Amino acid sequence: MPVGIFILVSVIKSLIVLIVLLTAVAYTVWLERKVVGHMQNRWGPTRVGPFGLLQPAADGIKFLFKEDLTPPHVYKPLFLAAPMMALIFALTSISVIPFGNSITIGGLNIPLQITDVNIGLLMILGVTSMGVYGVALAGWSSNNKYSLLGGLRASAQMVSYEIALGLSLVGVLIQSGSFSLREIVDAQGGRFLGFIPRWNIFHGQFLGFFIYLMAAYAETNRIPFDLPEAETELVAGYHTEYSSMKFAMFFMAEYANMITVACVATLLFFGGWHGPLFGPHLLQALLPLFWFAAKIFCFLFLYIWVRGTLPRFRYDQLMAFGWKFLLPLAIANLVATAIAVAW
Amino acid sequence: MNFHLVLFLAFGAVCVGGAINLLAQRHPINSALSLIAVMAALAGEYLLLGAEFVAAVQVIVYAGAIMVLFVFVIMLLNAGEEEHTNGSRVAILLGVPGMLTGSVLMAWVMLRHSGTESVPIGALPGHPKDIAQLLFHDFLLPFEVTSVLILIAIMGAVVLASQPESAAGKVD
Repeated sequence: MPVGIFILVSVIKSLIVLIVLLTAVAYTVWLERKVVGHMQNRWGPTRVGPFGLLQPAADGIKFLFKEDLTPPHVYKPLFLAAPMMALIFALTSISVIPFGNSITIGGLNIPLQITDVNIGLLMILGVTSMGVYGVALAGWSSNNKYSLLGGLRASAQMVSYEIALGLSLVGVLIQSGSFSLREIVDAQGGRFLGFIPRWNIFHGQFLGFFIYLMAAYAETNRIPFDLPEAETELVAGYHTEYSSMKFAMFFMAEYANMITVACVATLLFFGGWHGPLFGPHLLQALLPLFWFAAKIFCFLFLYIWVRGTLPRFRYDQLMAFGWKFLLPLAIANLVATAIAVAW
Repeated sequence: MNFHLVLFLAFGAVCVGGAINLLAQRHPINSALSLIAVMAALAGEYLLLGAEFVAAVQVIVYAGAIMVLFVFVIMLLNAGEEEHTNGSRVAILLGVPGMLTGSVLMAWVMLRHSGTESVPIGALPGHPKDIAQLLFHDFLLPFEVTSVLILIAIMGAVVLASQPESAAGKVD
């Protein structure tokens, strides 16, 4: 492929992925308000558009036009940089996620992925581990005790759960023998006994999936692990002093991280875009994308469902759960997988 | 000029600039952030050399884990700005020329007497499989010895951190 066309294709792909991701972020917020509302016997947003569907647009406009306060006692350079860091790292990790097989347009073979690197999964882990700086520095630079506590909690929690998260994925890596997300998905095609899909979760990684799921909730600071922004103790935690679009950037980062985590779970444990294909040629081309989106939707719904169901952990419980339960379980899973593969 | 070379020089400039900024900044958190920039730029250099795995590990381990702990400790202790001193005359008179001579000497030795052939940018074998072959086959014994060393260090840290209460009172 010539360099000019390569750059053009990459820019177009990046733009499409960015627009889809930001729309998905906005509508995950809408979904969360709607679903939690119904779970609590309320309606959620209903006023803007049918079923409140235009509510994200109204929210966005409101955030843009609100007064952008900077409190006088903050450490300004980092106070400004922190929300950007949080959002940039949250959006970057989507660049290695494959959405489907390649398509052919005018003789050009275009993989449905911004870039395919042979260390795709490691890159996602690296970028997410950098994301903690946004939260930690926001808490520190706000010069406010609640923010600082939130920032400290966030960094301690994310560093602790990162280990269990990484180890839970190693089992899948041992089975597929590659860091490339595309190769991991390709290894999951086909069926057992003619009807059970050959996804990793049915292929011995059941425990690994649940360790990943629990660690991922802690990594994204969601209930029941949302100690960094526990409203009852810390006002709003690390983003207490933020307003207007800077506040919105933290929220966008949180929801983008949720989507990334759901993408990784889908790719590694649920067969990515694999699913039943039927119908005419065009439908067969579109169905993988649909299956991929549907699986991610299930994960996002699960996130919201858990939020509407579970209370928050105490901080010592959170740390004990991560280090004394999840980590040994992840190591046991890793050893068991290694023995089974070597057999 | 080659596009790779431009990127290589740009990352190198970030590295050196970050390292100088690390020394020049007076607030510990700014110094820590400069060090993160150095680590990230180093990862960029590794990526350009074709060592994708090493680059990813560099980001995960150094920028993502060790530096988070640095920042965490600075935040926890709420370390303030350092006092400004004029520096010692000996450091300026001996240290700066000494450092310059040392770096020139090192660059000269590496360029002239390295004994290995220079590898063009992007041509190093950096696939995870190659690295696994090196770690778990060719250099298995050093790798395992290092693991045991790290295990001992972890155990030492645990022993130091969990002193019995009577002993802890005496130390304080």
